[in-house]
Amino acid sequence: MAYFLQQLINGLTLGSIYGLIAIGYTMVYGIIGMINFAHGEIYMIGAFISIIAFLVLGLAGITYVPLALAVVLLITMFFTSIYGWAVERIAYRPLRGSFRLAPLISAIGMSIFLQNYVQIFQGARVKPMPPIVQGGFTILDSGGFAVRLSYLQLFIILLTLVLMVGFTTLIAATPLGRAQRACEQDMRMASLLGVDVDRVISLTFVMGAALAAVAGLMVTLYYGVIDFFIGFLAGVKAFTAAVLGGIGSLPGAMLGGILIGLIEAFWSGYFSVEYKDVSVFAVLILVLVFCPTGLLGRPEVEKV
Amino acid sequence: MTAASGLAVAKAAKPPVFWAPFLKDAAVAALVAVLLALPMVGLQTYDIGGGALGIRTHFDWVAIAGAGVFSGRLGLRVLQHLHPRRTGRGPTLTSLAAWSSRQAVPITVAGIAFAAALPFLPFSSRYLIDLGTTVLIYVMLGWGLNVVVGLAGLLDLGYVAFYAVGAYTFALLARDLGFSFWEALPFSGLVAASFGILLGFPVLRLRGDYLAIVTLGFGEIIRIVLLNWASVTGGPNGISDIPRPSFFGLPFARSAPEGVTTFHQFFGLEFSPEHRVIFIYFVILGMALLTNAFTLRIRKLPIGRAWEALREDEVACRSLGINPTTVKLSAFAIGAMFGGFAGCFFATRQGFISPESFTFIESATILAIVVLGGMGSQMGVVLAAILLVSLPEFGRAFAEFRMLIFGAAMVGVMVWRPRGLISRREPTLRLGARSAG
Repeated sequence: MAYFLQQLINGLTLGSIYGLIAIGYTMVYGIIGMINFAHGEIYMIGAFISIIAFLVLGLAGITYVPLALAVVLLITMFFTSIYGWAVERIAYRPLRGSFRLAPLISAIGMSIFLQNYVQIFQGARVKPMPPIVQGGFTILDSGGFAVRLSYLQLFIILLTLVLMVGFTTLIAATPLGRAQRACEQDMRMASLLGVDVDRVISLTFVMGAALAAVAGLMVTLYYGVIDFFIGFLAGVKAFTAAVLGGIGSLPGAMLGGILIGLIEAFWSGYFSVEYKDVSVFAVLILVLVFCPTGLLGRPEVEKV
Repeated sequence: MTAASGLAVAKAAKPPVFWAPFLKDAAVAALVAVLLALPMVGLQTYDIGGGALGIRTHFDWVAIAGAGVFSGRLGLRVLQHLHPRRTGRGPTLTSLAAWSSRQAVPITVAGIAFAAALPFLPFSSRYLIDLGTTVLIYVMLGWGLNVVVGLAGLLDLGYVAFYAVGAYTFALLARDLGFSFWEALPFSGLVAASFGILLGFPVLRLRGDYLAIVTLGFGEIIRIVLLNWASVTGGPNGISDIPRPSFFGLPFARSAPEGVTTFHQFFGLEFSPEHRVIFIYFVILGMALLTNAFTLRIRKLPIGRAWEALREDEVACRSLGINPTTVKLSAFAIGAMFGGFAGCFFATRQGFISPESFTFIESATILAIVVLGGMGSQMGVVLAAILLVSLPEFGRAFAEFRMLIFGAAMVGVMVWRPRGLISRREPTLRLGARSAG
């Protein structure tokens, strides 16, 4: 029971991170119908920028942890968003309206490019990050196995919740969110009614990148090591989360992320650590084969 | 077009104004470049020992990036303004594509003749033959994947899985049952094709990009299983001592055990390790050409026509009574089979295989060869394989930047020519005067 609870906490933390990345996939897919293959790389860049920001703050002498966290969060979101914007502008916008495989291949190229870009300029070795949020509290202590919820895990889960609430409000209640939903339904009609479609799509990428940046910051804090290759697996898993939740649906992405996090945590807790990635890929294949609309997705109608 | 150029002339008549917006545009681009470069290029992390990181500044590089983007963007805009019609050098390559399709026979004959003569040319060396072998492996893989991606229009991001299956099939057959290369070759293709059907059966009703992700997942599953099922596959250590191919039973060796004649003894030649290298080169050349011949022939059969029809319009095909599942499945299986053959060859050539050779980046490379060459174009695959495989070899100094350039090239070619380098959209079948090409 205690072990189960511990895996549940670990899974929820991991799932929050996947969920934040998954939102980027699901929003982009909802609006322009493509898999932003480079999104995992955006998350990786977010992780790198956060580690760099921590180092710079450390040199500047800001060591008060809550302040440092807040500043790093903003810096990371800002710079990573620019990457998200630039990727869309360079690799996807010229291909809008092109045949359907072109943006996907361009995205794969972008992903390879970004990975190697980071590898060249930041080095191929893993980047360690000393733990800056330590401690936690013990929830349950049974038979020598203590279930611990660290402050960091609490921070990650709470921050995800706050972001989700803020983000849902943004989509539901602001003019930008309205424009975005309009584009999602019918891009041409939206543009006829005065919505600047290019701008909305750009902002979608910016928002997706900002959330991925938060996920990058979280993973830096949580695991304490990052390298240039973390984006690939996290990207595929987050995409799986988006598909599982129903692609195009925001709550679905979050739900899917948490489910994937739980599956991974329980699989490595009870079965085998080696095959934990296989479990996620297997879920992806099973969902796509048996329930391609996902848990909360709308059925897709193919128009001729 | 005339209206547009007329407009351009009108703008050009007022010189002080026309470049002002360009300047602003270039300044914005430069600002973005600086912001992009600032954290990742300007501030570099490095180990300072003891598990800690230090930071190095490289603001000069950031400035260079900004200046480069500024001048590049400005130059591009001015150039576009002065020569409005010369944006995108499409026509040259289109005419190249047209020329290559008109002159297909002479080009093919010349290409094959060159490939066949390569080992015997005066400037040829062992290094060059090895390089040629590598290029040909990728040509063969590209041609195999072309069946799936180029003809049937199914985006497969896990093609390397079939390559791996072929390689491991041979390695295991050789290690446990003592099969030779030639005996194992058909099995490699067969097993890979079965895997293709196994994967294809459930997933082929998915749409293009979903299919891409699922095949990617499949490729990763295969790799992870190979990595972790150590009792059979040797895990990360792989399988070594895979037998080399023999020349109709004559081994390439300096000395052979009692009762076995080696290649050089049989032909009365001086022993030379190059014999095997050249032989291996010809094996892959033959296999690649067979793949090509097979693909070209099958394109003209009903099944090949169905692939291309399905790529263009699935709904129309369905309404004409083509069963999409079987047609896609056959493309998948045939593509996988060629992947398996190539894998078998790869195993015998290297003599050693490990999961490291079958990562996603291999799939991406093969896909890039197909796409950059122009989907469905057999000649494009050759061109792209030569470019992608051999260019980094010649510029060893760029080795570090190889994959960077590779990724940028994928984006660039897609933006510039979404249909690939030498591809023209031309129906393979016409009604009327011209017969099918």
